[in-house]
Amino acid sequence: MSNLKYRIGAIVALCLLSLWALFPRNVKVQQRGADGILRDTIQRHVPLRKGLDLQGGTYLALEVDESKQAIAPDKIPDAIERALKTVRNRIEGIGVSEAVVQTQGKDRIVVQIPGIQDPERARQIIKDQAFLEFRITDKTQALERVLPRLDQVIRDKGLAAPTTTASAPTKPAASKGLQGLLTGTDTVKTDTSKAARKDSTKTDTAAAVIPTTGGPFSSLIQQSPGGMPGEYLVDSDNALKVESYLALPEIKAAMPPGKQMLPSNDSTVLQSKVYKLFYVVDAKPIVTGESLTDARPNTSPLEGTIVQFTLDNIGGRRFKTETGRHVHDYMAIVLDGRVMGRPPIIQSAIGTSGQITMGQGRDIRDAQDLALVLRAGALPVPLRVAETRTIGPSLGQDSINKGFRAGAIAVVLVVVIMLFYYKFSGVLAVGGLALYVLYTLAILAGFDAVLTLPGLAGFVLSIGIAVDANVLIFERIREELDRGKTVRTAIDEGFRHAMPAIIDSNVSTILTAAVLYQYGTGPVKGFAVTLIAGIVASLVTSIFVVRTFYMIWLQRSRGAQTLSI
Amino acid sequence: MLRILHDTKYDFIRHWKKAAVITIAWIIVGLGFLAIHGINYSIEFTGGTLMQVTFKHPPHIDDIRATVDAAGYPNSEITKFGSDTEYTVRAQPHASANSTAGDSTGTYIQKALQQKYGNDVTVGRSEFVGPRVGAELRTKAAVAVLISFIVTLIYLAVRFEWRFGLAAVIATAHDVLTTLAFLAMLRLEVSLTVVAAILTVIGYSLNDTIIIFDRVRENLRKQRKESLYDVLNRSINETLPRSVLTHATTLAATLALLFFAGEVIRPFAWIMAFGIFTGTFSSIYVAGALLLWIERKWPRSASGQGKGTARAMAEERRRSTQESVVASR
Repeated sequence: MSNLKYRIGAIVALCLLSLWALFPRNVKVQQRGADGILRDTIQRHVPLRKGLDLQGGTYLALEVDESKQAIAPDKIPDAIERALKTVRNRIEGIGVSEAVVQTQGKDRIVVQIPGIQDPERARQIIKDQAFLEFRITDKTQALERVLPRLDQVIRDKGLAAPTTTASAPTKPAASKGLQGLLTGTDTVKTDTSKAARKDSTKTDTAAAVIPTTGGPFSSLIQQSPGGMPGEYLVDSDNALKVESYLALPEIKAAMPPGKQMLPSNDSTVLQSKVYKLFYVVDAKPIVTGESLTDARPNTSPLEGTIVQFTLDNIGGRRFKTETGRHVHDYMAIVLDGRVMGRPPIIQSAIGTSGQITMGQGRDIRDAQDLALVLRAGALPVPLRVAETRTIGPSLGQDSINKGFRAGAIAVVLVVVIMLFYYKFSGVLAVGGLALYVLYTLAILAGFDAVLTLPGLAGFVLSIGIAVDANVLIFERIREELDRGKTVRTAIDEGFRHAMPAIIDSNVSTILTAAVLYQYGTGPVKGFAVTLIAGIVASLVTSIFVVRTFYMIWLQRSRGAQTLSI
Repeated sequence: MLRILHDTKYDFIRHWKKAAVITIAWIIVGLGFLAIHGINYSIEFTGGTLMQVTFKHPPHIDDIRATVDAAGYPNSEITKFGSDTEYTVRAQPHASANSTAGDSTGTYIQKALQQKYGNDVTVGRSEFVGPRVGAELRTKAAVAVLISFIVTLIYLAVRFEWRFGLAAVIATAHDVLTTLAFLAMLRLEVSLTVVAAILTVIGYSLNDTIIIFDRVRENLRKQRKESLYDVLNRSINETLPRSVLTHATTLAATLALLFFAGEVIRPFAWIMAFGIFTGTFSSIYVAGALLLWIERKWPRSASGQGKGTARAMAEERRRSTQESVVASR
């Protein structure tokens, strides 16, 4: 009797514990704010958060982009760790709450933003490396001297062959489209049509240029007439080709010592032709964005959209001496390897503040985003998007509705089968099944699991599989009854004999699930957690709970001669 | 007491040759499908972009294709997804685009579609996976399955006996093959959800095999004067009601998923539905027949470690070989 009391007590306690685990509550969390100070913040902790596929939102996985910057493989984890902070700051900067930013494995950052309206913007903000440099433009005409060498490199690589010119046209089209998308939605229409037109005419113009002037590289660039030293013009159709040439390691090596040629975001119109600007600059920056303490977007009637920045004391002092030494030179403001606007002339030594001109007609939001990424700091390494997933909120809701409908139908079918076949014992099994659902959900909440669509499917399926242990036990009880045992002994023996089979089959499944949890990724991992929770709950309910139900029944019926099973 | 298949005495093992022919033929046909069409990997494995697009009015699939082509993705796959107004677009990034541009593919296609259909089109979901992630996933999934096999083998070797473990693992490997054949025949897309489904089938089938083997172990301990052949048959028959009932409830849940849980879950449900059949089949014919075969091939010595099972099975083997000698006369 007292044994039975303890059993009932244990079941009730488990139920209460499960309910507690499943109830939303407020928890105090120490969190580092945007200013870097730890504070206690009250967070609403909702167990079994819906995954992005159920509530809608954006998932981004970022990894180190080795194509942009060489980095030793063993340095990647450290770089990712540092990049994580920057990414987190940036995400907080755009004002999304409940975003999850964490590392996955050693070389990946995962960002999950529930219910974001503009995934493209978030992606861009995260991706920008925001590495700011100030470099002096070259005034020694150093490039002219190496042009034959550069031409030779291109020829040696066989890149000037007609095949490359033919494949090149798609590139400007793509980048044009991208530019249009990033600046605003209304310009897209004209941009894509322009791109399409360019596709058809491009090959002719490119082919026409090459034979007229010298080498494959020098023919593409021309010195800016009357421009500042180190400034070059490139027909906008060829700009991407030049950029891809400049990215070649052989070309980089052939450049004049200590110099680099960088593209600019600016263009100019000469004789009704659009030219992109390129600059030859010092390879070594005078100051980098690491010294930056603040950046604010602004508009100026003269220069259009600008971002004003402030440097810290050390950076400011360096900036002052360096600019003092280069008075009357031009200084390029380089962001992520691209010169921003036309380099301004240095009138006198500059102190701790300056500005980046983004040009007329640029959306103030672009300036806001740039200021944000500058403030949040540069990424220690360039990142590239390895994976994105964006799910609309209505699709998520639809998935939930369908998932729950399927779950309800599954439960009804399983209950009907059990009641039909096992009658009274079936009722006990169904009671156990109800507790199974409760316990499983509670264990999942304990794991802090996220409810995803595959997880939901796995859970529905587990309802069908969960009764297996009950079935094994009931069949054993039937066998014992067939042998003429009394009801009480038949139940005892039935549970006892079914045990090895239940243990072995479930333990082997748990082992499999544990391996999946250890070696699987993403959804497979979530699935493994669902599986483990289901098995544990099923073991508890079938072995312990249903057994207790039988004991209660035996107690009440006081030596029943028949068992409905 | 309502009973199904109570106290049956079917000779299951007798049909093992027929069963072997059927299952090998099935696997060969499936592998043939694989050889012709290749595995239809989802973008999670191949990399690329997948979009699920909903239209207000049923569109013409050629119009969608033309729009996506014009956006610069001529080799995209456009497929109907469930209803007349739902489509998926699967595209690969431009070959010429640089490595960072791939993730914008979805945005380009979305803009192109919105230009053509205006507000009649909504993008329900858009996924992009870079090429490296895909390759990594493929190896990781395979490694996970292999390790789980090894762990199972060790566990069963400890709890039962290595012969049982080997038979169970081979039977499970058989299930992986038949399930792969099945998804090749249906040309289902292999996504992570499908991998999860295959893993569930593995677990389920293993479960089933262990339940029967547990009976075999128990019956062998009783030291009846029966051959292993008969013990196997008896064990399968004794566990038959349990098998029928558990398969029924699992199938009920699976069918609920198949018909009511929507398009995304459907491949998972298909594989699970097939898995219930192949799991049952392999527990009886593959695992049972294999155990018999392994036992004949590598009989254990009678002076075993004194374990009940081992001794019983050793005696068993002697008896059964004598019987077979008698039978051959």
